[in-house]
Amino acid sequence: MQNFAQEMQAAFALVLAGDSELLGIVGLSLRVSLFAVLCAALIGMPLGAALAVGRFPGRRAMVVLVNALMGLPPVVVGLIVYLMLSRSGPLGVLQLLYTPTAMIIAQVVLVTPIIAALTRQVVEMLDAEYAEQMRSLGLSRLATVPVLLWDGRVALLTALLAGFGRAIAEVGAVIIVGGNINHVTRVMTTAIALETSKGNLALALALGAVLIGIAVAVNALVSLLGARSRAEALAHA
Amino acid sequence: MRDLVEESGLVIETQGLRISRRGQSLLDVPNLRLGGPGPTVILGPNGAGKSLLLRCLHGLIQADAGTVRQNGRALDAEERASQAMVFQRPVMLRRSVAGNLDFVLRRRGLNRAQRQARIAALLAEGGLPSRARQGARSLSVGEAQRLAILRALATEPEVLFLDEPTSALDPGATQAVESLVLRASARGVRIVMVTHDIGQARRLAADVVVMMGGQVVEHGPAAQVLDDPASGAVRRFLAGELIF
Repeated sequence: MQNFAQEMQAAFALVLAGDSELLGIVGLSLRVSLFAVLCAALIGMPLGAALAVGRFPGRRAMVVLVNALMGLPPVVVGLIVYLMLSRSGPLGVLQLLYTPTAMIIAQVVLVTPIIAALTRQVVEMLDAEYAEQMRSLGLSRLATVPVLLWDGRVALLTALLAGFGRAIAEVGAVIIVGGNINHVTRVMTTAIALETSKGNLALALALGAVLIGIAVAVNALVSLLGARSRAEALAHA
Repeated sequence: MRDLVEESGLVIETQGLRISRRGQSLLDVPNLRLGGPGPTVILGPNGAGKSLLLRCLHGLIQADAGTVRQNGRALDAEERASQAMVFQRPVMLRRSVAGNLDFVLRRRGLNRAQRQARIAALLAEGGLPSRARQGARSLSVGEAQRLAILRALATEPEVLFLDEPTSALDPGATQAVESLVLRASARGVRIVMVTHDIGQARRLAADVVVMMGGQVVEHGPAAQVLDDPASGAVRRFLAGELIF
Protein backbone atom coordinates (compact mmCIF):
# COMPACT_ATOMS: atom_id res chain seq x y z
CA MET A 1 0.00 0.00 0.00
CA GLN A 2 3.03 2.23 -0.29
CA ASN A 3 1.69 3.46 -3.61
CA PHE A 4 -1.74 4.28 -2.28
CA ALA A 5 -0.33 6.28 0.61
CA GLN A 6 1.86 8.23 -1.77
CA GLU A 7 -1.05 8.87 -4.13
CA MET A 8 -3.16 10.09 -1.21
CA GLN A 9 -0.41 12.43 -0.17
CA ALA A 10 -0.09 13.74 -3.70
CA ALA A 11 -3.86 14.14 -3.90
CA PHE A 12 -4.07 16.27 -0.79
CA ALA A 13 -1.11 18.30 -2.00
CA LEU A 14 -3.10 19.02 -5.18
CA VAL A 15 -6.16 20.07 -3.21
CA LEU A 16 -4.22 22.21 -0.77
CA ALA A 17 -2.12 23.82 -3.49
CA GLY A 18 -5.26 24.76 -5.40
CA ASP A 19 -4.00 23.05 -8.56
CA SER A 20 -5.32 25.02 -11.53
CA GLU A 21 -6.44 22.00 -13.53
CA LEU A 22 -8.25 20.66 -10.50
CA LEU A 23 -9.93 24.01 -9.83
CA GLY A 24 -10.95 24.29 -13.48
CA ILE A 25 -12.68 20.93 -13.39
CA VAL A 26 -14.38 21.62 -10.04
CA GLY A 27 -15.50 25.03 -11.24
CA LEU A 28 -17.04 23.65 -14.43
CA SER A 29 -18.80 20.90 -12.46
CA LEU A 30 -20.33 23.42 -10.07
CA ARG A 31 -21.37 25.78 -12.86
CA VAL A 32 -23.03 23.02 -14.90
CA SER A 33 -24.84 21.43 -11.95
CA LEU A 34 -25.95 24.67 -10.30
CA PHE A 35 -27.35 25.97 -13.57
CA ALA A 36 -29.03 22.61 -14.24
CA VAL A 37 -30.68 22.67 -10.78
CA LEU A 38 -31.81 26.27 -11.35
CA CYS A 39 -33.45 25.31 -14.66
CA ALA A 40 -34.93 22.15 -13.16
CA ALA A 41 -36.37 24.19 -10.27
CA LEU A 42 -37.99 26.67 -12.66
CA ILE A 43 -39.70 23.76 -14.45
CA GLY A 44 -40.14 21.31 -11.57
CA MET A 45 -41.54 23.56 -8.86
CA PRO A 46 -44.48 24.98 -10.83
CA LEU A 47 -45.12 21.51 -12.24
CA GLY A 48 -45.08 19.95 -8.77
CA ALA A 49 -47.33 22.70 -7.37
CA ALA A 50 -49.76 22.29 -10.27
CA LEU A 51 -49.90 18.53 -9.65
CA ALA A 52 -50.53 19.17 -5.96
CA VAL A 53 -53.34 21.74 -6.13
CA GLY A 54 -54.64 21.37 -9.68
CA ARG A 55 -57.64 19.22 -10.49
CA PHE A 56 -57.45 18.19 -14.11
CA PRO A 57 -57.89 14.94 -16.05
CA GLY A 58 -54.75 12.85 -16.15
CA ARG A 59 -53.36 14.33 -12.94
CA ARG A 60 -53.10 10.96 -11.20
CA ALA A 61 -51.30 9.45 -14.17
CA MET A 62 -48.90 12.39 -14.29
CA VAL A 63 -48.10 12.03 -10.59
CA VAL A 64 -47.25 8.36 -11.12
CA LEU A 65 -45.16 9.25 -14.18
CA VAL A 66 -43.19 11.98 -12.40
CA ASN A 67 -42.56 9.67 -9.44
CA ALA A 68 -41.36 6.96 -11.80
CA LEU A 69 -39.07 9.37 -13.65
CA MET A 70 -37.22 10.06 -10.38
CA GLY A 71 -35.44 6.78 -10.93
CA LEU A 72 -34.42 7.42 -14.55
CA PRO A 73 -31.16 5.63 -15.38
CA PRO A 74 -28.66 8.41 -16.21
CA VAL A 75 -27.06 6.42 -19.04
CA VAL A 76 -30.41 6.13 -20.79
CA VAL A 77 -31.02 9.87 -20.38
CA GLY A 78 -27.56 10.46 -21.81
CA LEU A 79 -28.34 8.26 -24.77
CA ILE A 80 -31.66 9.97 -25.49
CA VAL A 81 -30.21 13.48 -25.17
CA TYR A 82 -27.30 12.34 -27.36
CA LEU A 83 -29.71 11.15 -30.06
CA MET A 84 -31.68 14.40 -29.88
CA LEU A 85 -28.55 16.55 -30.16
CA SER A 86 -26.52 14.44 -32.60
CA ARG A 87 -26.07 15.87 -36.06
CA SER A 88 -28.90 13.84 -37.56
CA GLY A 89 -31.15 14.29 -34.52
CA PRO A 90 -34.10 16.69 -34.30
CA LEU A 91 -32.02 19.29 -32.42
CA GLY A 92 -28.82 18.63 -34.34
CA VAL A 93 -28.82 22.05 -36.00
CA LEU A 94 -28.17 23.65 -32.61
CA GLN A 95 -24.76 21.94 -32.54
CA LEU A 96 -24.89 21.46 -28.80
CA LEU A 97 -23.38 18.01 -28.57
CA TYR A 98 -20.14 17.93 -26.56
CA THR A 99 -20.77 21.34 -24.99
CA PRO A 100 -21.51 22.20 -21.35
CA THR A 101 -25.01 23.12 -22.52
CA ALA A 102 -25.60 19.51 -23.53
CA MET A 103 -24.52 18.38 -20.07
CA ILE A 104 -26.87 20.90 -18.48
CA ILE A 105 -29.75 19.60 -20.61
CA ALA A 106 -29.05 16.01 -19.54
CA GLN A 107 -28.88 16.99 -15.87
CA VAL A 108 -32.08 19.04 -16.15
CA VAL A 109 -33.85 15.95 -17.51
CA LEU A 110 -32.55 13.93 -14.56
CA VAL A 111 -33.21 16.46 -11.82
CA THR A 112 -36.56 17.96 -12.87
CA PRO A 113 -38.60 14.86 -11.90
CA ILE A 114 -36.94 14.80 -8.47
CA ILE A 115 -37.75 18.43 -7.78
CA ALA A 116 -41.26 18.13 -9.24
CA ALA A 117 -42.12 15.01 -7.24
CA LEU A 118 -40.76 16.36 -3.95
CA THR A 119 -42.46 19.73 -4.54
CA ARG A 120 -45.77 17.97 -5.16
CA GLN A 121 -45.43 16.04 -1.90
CA VAL A 122 -44.58 19.12 0.13
CA VAL A 123 -47.27 21.32 -1.39
CA GLU A 124 -49.94 18.62 -1.21
CA MET A 125 -49.34 17.99 2.49
CA LEU A 126 -49.33 21.68 3.29
CA ASP A 127 -52.43 22.24 1.17
CA ALA A 128 -54.35 19.60 3.11
CA GLU A 129 -53.71 21.65 6.23
CA TYR A 130 -54.15 25.13 4.73
CA ALA A 131 -56.96 24.76 2.18
CA GLU A 132 -59.97 25.63 4.36
CA GLN A 133 -58.16 28.43 6.18
CA MET A 134 -57.08 30.01 2.89
CA ARG A 135 -60.58 29.72 1.47
CA SER A 136 -61.92 31.29 4.65
CA LEU A 137 -59.52 34.19 4.18
CA GLY A 138 -60.84 34.64 0.65
CA LEU A 139 -57.86 33.32 -1.32
CA SER A 140 -58.55 31.54 -4.59
CA ARG A 141 -56.86 28.20 -5.27
CA LEU A 142 -54.38 29.93 -7.56
CA ALA A 143 -53.60 32.62 -4.97
CA THR A 144 -52.93 29.88 -2.43
CA VAL A 145 -50.02 28.43 -4.45
CA PRO A 146 -47.42 31.12 -3.62
CA VAL A 147 -48.38 30.86 0.06
CA LEU A 148 -47.88 27.10 -0.01
CA LEU A 149 -44.53 27.42 -1.79
CA TRP A 150 -43.31 30.05 0.64
CA ASP A 151 -44.47 28.18 3.73
CA GLY A 152 -42.94 24.99 2.36
CA ARG A 153 -39.64 26.75 1.73
CA VAL A 154 -37.51 24.64 4.06
CA ALA A 155 -38.72 21.37 2.57
CA LEU A 156 -38.43 22.79 -0.95
CA LEU A 157 -34.84 23.82 -0.32
CA THR A 158 -34.21 20.24 0.73
CA ALA A 159 -35.66 19.15 -2.62
CA LEU A 160 -33.29 21.50 -4.45
CA LEU A 161 -30.31 20.16 -2.54
CA ALA A 162 -31.37 16.59 -3.29
CA GLY A 163 -31.52 17.55 -6.96
CA PHE A 164 -28.10 19.16 -6.78
CA GLY A 165 -26.67 16.06 -5.13
CA ARG A 166 -27.96 13.94 -8.00
CA ALA A 167 -26.63 16.37 -10.64
CA ILE A 168 -23.11 16.85 -9.30
CA ALA A 169 -22.53 13.12 -8.68
CA GLU A 170 -23.85 12.00 -12.05
CA VAL A 171 -21.44 10.51 -14.59
CA GLY A 172 -23.28 8.28 -17.08
CA ALA A 173 -25.25 10.97 -18.89
CA VAL A 174 -22.67 13.76 -18.98
CA ILE A 175 -19.91 11.53 -20.34
CA ILE A 176 -22.14 10.58 -23.29
CA VAL A 177 -23.38 14.07 -24.19
CA GLY A 178 -20.34 16.02 -22.98
CA GLY A 179 -17.63 13.75 -24.28
CA ASN A 180 -15.22 14.49 -21.42
CA ILE A 181 -13.21 17.02 -23.48
CA ASN A 182 -10.34 18.56 -21.52
CA HIS A 183 -11.04 22.19 -20.47
CA VAL A 184 -14.42 22.08 -22.23
CA THR A 185 -16.68 19.40 -20.82
CA ARG A 186 -14.49 17.58 -18.32
CA VAL A 187 -16.23 17.58 -14.96
CA MET A 188 -15.28 15.92 -11.69
CA THR A 189 -17.00 12.59 -12.25
CA THR A 190 -15.84 12.12 -15.85
CA ALA A 191 -12.31 13.23 -14.95
CA ILE A 192 -12.17 10.70 -12.12
CA ALA A 193 -13.22 7.93 -14.52
CA LEU A 194 -10.59 8.97 -17.05
CA GLU A 195 -7.69 9.64 -14.68
CA THR A 196 -8.28 6.34 -12.90
CA SER A 197 -8.09 4.42 -16.17
CA LYS A 198 -4.92 6.36 -17.03
CA GLY A 199 -3.40 5.45 -13.68
CA ASN A 200 -3.18 9.08 -12.58
CA LEU A 201 -4.57 8.27 -9.18
CA ALA A 202 -3.49 11.46 -7.44
CA LEU A 203 -5.73 13.73 -9.50
CA ALA A 204 -8.55 11.16 -9.41
CA LEU A 205 -8.32 10.93 -5.63
CA ALA A 206 -8.10 14.69 -5.23
CA LEU A 207 -11.25 15.13 -7.33
CA GLY A 208 -12.90 12.33 -5.41
CA ALA A 209 -12.11 14.06 -2.14
CA VAL A 210 -13.62 17.33 -3.38
CA LEU A 211 -16.70 15.51 -4.70
CA ILE A 212 -17.20 13.70 -1.43
CA GLY A 213 -16.68 16.98 0.42
CA ILE A 214 -19.42 18.61 -1.65
CA ALA A 215 -21.74 15.61 -1.18
CA VAL A 216 -21.20 15.65 2.58
CA ALA A 217 -21.73 19.40 2.76
CA VAL A 218 -24.98 19.17 0.78
CA ASN A 219 -26.27 16.29 2.89
CA ALA A 220 -25.29 18.02 6.11
CA LEU A 221 -27.26 21.06 4.95
CA VAL A 222 -30.26 18.88 4.08
CA SER A 223 -30.30 17.15 7.46
CA LEU A 224 -29.75 20.43 9.27
CA LEU A 225 -32.75 22.00 7.54
CA GLY A 226 -34.76 18.82 8.09
CA ALA A 227 -33.94 18.81 11.79
CA ARG A 228 -34.96 22.44 12.08
CA SER A 229 -38.35 21.94 10.47
CA ARG A 230 -38.95 18.75 12.50
CA ALA A 231 -38.16 20.64 15.68
CA GLU A 232 -40.69 23.29 14.69
CA ALA A 233 -43.31 20.65 13.94
CA LEU A 234 -42.69 18.84 17.21
CA ALA A 235 -42.94 22.01 19.22
CA HIS A 236 -46.46 22.32 17.84
CA ALA A 237 -47.59 18.75 18.47
CA MET B 1 -66.10 52.23 16.48
CA ARG B 2 -68.85 50.30 14.80
CA ASP B 3 -72.43 51.42 14.80
CA LEU B 4 -73.95 49.07 17.34
CA VAL B 5 -77.50 49.53 16.11
CA GLU B 6 -76.48 48.52 12.63
CA GLU B 7 -74.40 45.63 13.96
CA SER B 8 -77.20 44.16 15.97
CA GLY B 9 -79.23 44.21 12.81
CA LEU B 10 -77.00 41.63 11.18
CA VAL B 11 -79.02 38.58 10.21
CA ILE B 12 -77.85 35.26 8.80
CA GLU B 13 -80.52 32.87 7.63
CA THR B 14 -80.81 29.58 5.85
CA GLN B 15 -83.47 28.59 3.35
CA GLY B 16 -84.01 24.91 2.66
CA LEU B 17 -80.40 24.02 3.39
CA ARG B 18 -79.79 20.32 2.72
CA ILE B 19 -76.76 18.08 2.39
CA SER B 20 -76.90 14.32 1.99
CA ARG B 21 -74.37 11.66 1.10
CA ARG B 22 -75.19 8.17 -0.15
CA GLY B 23 -78.83 8.64 0.63
CA GLN B 24 -78.15 9.68 4.23
CA SER B 25 -79.16 13.17 5.29
CA LEU B 26 -76.24 14.97 6.96
CA LEU B 27 -77.79 18.41 7.21
CA ASP B 28 -81.38 19.55 6.93
CA VAL B 29 -81.91 23.09 8.14
CA PRO B 30 -84.95 24.53 6.34
CA ASN B 31 -85.11 27.91 8.05
CA LEU B 32 -82.70 29.00 10.74
CA ARG B 33 -82.54 32.71 11.48
CA LEU B 34 -79.60 34.07 13.47
CA GLY B 35 -80.20 37.67 14.50
CA GLY B 36 -79.66 39.73 17.61
CA PRO B 37 -76.42 41.10 18.97
CA GLY B 38 -75.19 38.43 21.35
CA PRO B 39 -73.15 35.30 20.71
CA THR B 40 -74.96 32.36 19.19
CA VAL B 41 -73.79 28.98 20.41
CA ILE B 42 -74.52 25.89 18.35
CA LEU B 43 -74.67 22.90 20.68
CA GLY B 44 -74.98 19.20 20.07
CA PRO B 45 -73.24 15.85 20.15
CA ASN B 46 -70.57 14.78 17.67
CA GLY B 47 -71.90 14.18 14.20
CA ALA B 48 -74.93 16.40 14.77
CA GLY B 49 -73.97 18.52 11.76
CA LYS B 50 -72.77 21.55 13.74
CA SER B 51 -69.49 22.00 11.89
CA LEU B 52 -71.17 21.28 8.58
CA LEU B 53 -73.74 23.99 9.24
CA LEU B 54 -71.00 26.44 10.22
CA ARG B 55 -69.12 25.73 6.99
CA CYS B 56 -72.28 26.31 4.98
CA LEU B 57 -72.95 29.60 6.76
CA HIS B 58 -69.38 30.67 5.93
CA GLY B 59 -69.60 29.48 2.33
CA LEU B 60 -66.81 26.91 2.67
CA ILE B 61 -69.18 24.14 1.61
CA GLN B 62 -71.81 24.35 -1.07
CA ALA B 63 -75.01 22.67 0.10
CA ASP B 64 -76.85 20.25 -2.19
CA ALA B 65 -79.90 22.43 -1.94
CA GLY B 66 -80.94 25.71 -0.36
CA THR B 67 -79.21 29.01 0.29
CA VAL B 68 -77.56 31.02 3.02
CA ARG B 69 -78.32 34.72 3.17
CA GLN B 70 -76.65 37.45 5.14
CA ASN B 71 -78.76 40.57 5.60
CA GLY B 72 -81.01 39.30 2.85
CA ARG B 73 -78.20 38.91 0.34
CA ALA B 74 -76.87 35.63 -0.99
CA LEU B 75 -73.33 34.82 0.15
CA ASP B 76 -71.11 36.37 -2.50
CA ALA B 77 -67.45 37.31 -2.25
CA GLU B 78 -68.32 40.61 -0.59
CA GLU B 79 -70.50 39.04 2.08
CA ARG B 80 -67.94 36.33 2.68
CA ALA B 81 -65.22 38.94 3.14
CA SER B 82 -67.22 40.28 6.09
CA GLN B 83 -66.95 36.87 7.73
CA ALA B 84 -64.03 35.08 9.36
CA MET B 85 -63.63 31.61 10.78
CA VAL B 86 -61.52 29.92 13.44
CA PHE B 87 -61.08 26.17 13.17
CA GLN B 88 -60.97 23.44 15.77
CA ARG B 89 -57.30 22.86 15.02
CA PRO B 90 -55.63 26.24 14.58
CA VAL B 91 -53.87 26.50 11.23
CA MET B 92 -50.53 28.17 11.90
CA LEU B 93 -48.68 29.53 8.87
CA ARG B 94 -44.97 28.65 8.88
CA ARG B 95 -44.05 32.16 9.91
CA SER B 96 -43.57 34.12 13.08
CA VAL B 97 -46.52 35.02 15.29
CA ALA B 98 -46.41 38.58 13.94
CA GLY B 99 -46.00 37.16 10.43
CA ASN B 100 -49.30 35.29 10.75
CA LEU B 101 -51.10 38.56 11.47
CA ASP B 102 -49.08 40.45 8.86
CA PHE B 103 -50.23 37.96 6.21
CA VAL B 104 -53.85 39.02 6.68
CA LEU B 105 -53.15 42.73 7.12
CA ARG B 106 -51.02 42.81 3.98
CA ARG B 107 -53.88 41.32 1.99
CA ARG B 108 -56.09 44.11 3.27
CA GLY B 109 -53.67 46.62 1.76
CA LEU B 110 -52.42 48.26 4.94
CA ASN B 111 -49.05 49.98 4.71
CA ARG B 112 -46.09 48.97 6.84
CA ALA B 113 -46.68 51.45 9.65
CA GLN B 114 -50.38 50.64 9.83
CA ARG B 115 -49.63 46.94 9.90
CA GLN B 116 -47.10 47.25 12.68
CA ALA B 117 -49.46 49.30 14.80
CA ARG B 118 -52.29 46.86 14.20
CA ILE B 119 -50.08 43.83 14.97
CA ALA B 120 -48.99 45.39 18.26
CA ALA B 121 -52.59 46.13 19.20
CA LEU B 122 -53.78 42.63 18.30
CA LEU B 123 -50.96 40.90 20.17
CA ALA B 124 -51.71 43.01 23.24
CA GLU B 125 -55.38 42.08 22.91
CA GLY B 126 -54.52 38.37 22.87
CA GLY B 127 -51.83 38.55 25.55
CA LEU B 128 -49.09 37.49 23.12
CA PRO B 129 -46.81 40.56 22.76
CA SER B 130 -43.74 38.68 23.99
CA ARG B 131 -44.31 36.02 21.35
CA ALA B 132 -44.24 38.33 18.30
CA ARG B 133 -41.01 37.07 16.77
CA GLN B 134 -41.40 33.44 17.78
CA GLY B 135 -42.30 30.79 15.18
CA ALA B 136 -46.08 30.40 15.25
CA ARG B 137 -45.82 26.62 15.20
CA SER B 138 -43.84 26.61 18.42
CA LEU B 139 -46.74 28.14 20.36
CA SER B 140 -48.74 26.03 22.79
CA VAL B 141 -52.14 24.88 21.50
CA GLY B 142 -53.91 27.50 23.61
CA GLU B 143 -51.67 30.30 22.38
CA ALA B 144 -52.03 29.07 18.81
CA GLN B 145 -55.80 29.17 19.08
CA ARG B 146 -55.63 32.72 20.46
CA LEU B 147 -53.41 33.70 17.54
CA ALA B 148 -55.88 32.09 15.13
CA ILE B 149 -58.66 34.22 16.66
CA LEU B 150 -56.51 37.37 16.48
CA ARG B 151 -55.73 36.61 12.84
CA ALA B 152 -59.44 36.21 12.14
CA LEU B 153 -60.15 39.50 13.94
CA ALA B 154 -57.42 41.18 11.87
CA THR B 155 -59.74 40.87 8.88
CA GLU B 156 -62.17 43.19 10.73
CA PRO B 157 -65.04 40.73 10.35
CA GLU B 158 -68.67 41.50 11.05
CA VAL B 159 -69.25 37.81 11.74
CA LEU B 160 -66.81 35.44 13.42
CA PHE B 161 -67.48 31.71 13.18
CA LEU B 162 -65.69 29.49 15.68
CA ASP B 163 -65.68 25.70 15.31
CA GLU B 164 -65.05 24.13 18.74
CA PRO B 165 -62.08 26.42 19.36
CA THR B 166 -61.50 25.15 22.89
CA SER B 167 -62.09 21.42 22.46
CA ALA B 168 -58.39 20.62 22.97
CA LEU B 169 -57.71 23.25 25.66
CA ASP B 170 -57.42 23.10 29.44
CA PRO B 171 -59.58 25.39 31.60
CA GLY B 172 -57.02 28.20 31.76
CA ALA B 173 -56.51 28.30 28.02
CA THR B 174 -60.26 27.95 27.47
CA GLN B 175 -60.87 30.96 29.70
CA ALA B 176 -58.36 33.04 27.72
CA VAL B 177 -60.08 32.14 24.45
CA GLU B 178 -63.55 32.81 25.86
CA SER B 179 -62.63 36.25 27.15
CA LEU B 180 -61.13 37.10 23.76
CA VAL B 181 -64.37 36.02 22.10
CA LEU B 182 -66.53 37.94 24.56
CA ARG B 183 -64.51 41.14 24.09
CA ALA B 184 -64.90 40.84 20.32
CA SER B 185 -68.62 40.33 20.81
CA ALA B 186 -68.80 43.42 23.02
CA ARG B 187 -67.15 45.42 20.22
CA GLY B 188 -69.94 44.37 17.91
CA VAL B 189 -68.52 41.32 16.13
CA ARG B 190 -71.33 38.82 15.60
CA ILE B 191 -70.18 35.53 17.15
CA VAL B 192 -71.43 32.13 15.97
CA MET B 193 -69.69 29.37 17.87
CA VAL B 194 -69.94 25.61 17.76
CA THR B 195 -69.26 23.62 20.91
CA HIS B 196 -70.34 20.44 22.65
CA ASP B 197 -69.45 21.94 26.02
CA ILE B 198 -72.73 22.82 27.74
CA GLY B 199 -70.94 24.88 30.39
CA GLN B 200 -69.38 26.98 27.66
CA ALA B 201 -72.80 27.57 26.17
CA ARG B 202 -74.00 28.82 29.56
CA ARG B 203 -71.02 31.16 29.90
CA LEU B 204 -71.13 32.69 26.42
CA ALA B 205 -74.45 32.31 24.67
CA ALA B 206 -77.17 34.88 24.16
CA ASP B 207 -79.03 32.36 22.05
CA VAL B 208 -78.53 28.63 21.69
CA VAL B 209 -79.12 26.35 18.71
CA VAL B 210 -79.25 22.64 19.57
CA MET B 211 -78.59 20.24 16.72
CA MET B 212 -79.08 16.50 16.52
CA GLY B 213 -78.89 14.23 13.52
CA GLY B 214 -78.29 17.07 11.11
CA GLN B 215 -81.36 18.99 12.23
CA VAL B 216 -82.00 21.98 14.46
CA VAL B 217 -84.10 20.57 17.28
CA GLU B 218 -84.27 23.73 19.34
CA HIS B 219 -83.36 27.40 18.98
CA GLY B 220 -84.05 30.20 21.40
CA PRO B 221 -82.66 32.49 24.11
CA ALA B 222 -79.94 30.75 26.11
CA ALA B 223 -81.80 30.75 29.41
CA GLN B 224 -84.89 29.24 27.87
CA VAL B 225 -83.14 26.51 25.86
CA LEU B 226 -80.64 25.57 28.57
CA ASP B 227 -82.99 25.68 31.56
CA ASP B 228 -86.34 24.76 30.11
CA PRO B 229 -85.92 22.98 26.79
CA ALA B 230 -89.06 22.03 24.93
CA SER B 231 -87.76 18.80 23.47
CA GLY B 232 -87.20 15.67 25.55
CA ALA B 233 -84.07 14.75 23.61
CA VAL B 234 -82.54 18.16 24.34
CA ARG B 235 -83.44 17.82 28.00
CA ARG B 236 -81.66 14.46 28.16
CA PHE B 237 -78.64 15.86 26.30
CA LEU B 238 -78.40 18.83 28.65
CA ALA B 239 -78.81 16.57 31.66
CA GLY B 240 -75.62 14.86 30.61
CA GLU B 241 -77.03 11.69 29.12
CA LEU B 242 -74.86 10.21 26.42
CA ILE B 243 -76.77 10.97 23.27
CA PHE B 244 -75.34 9.98 19.90
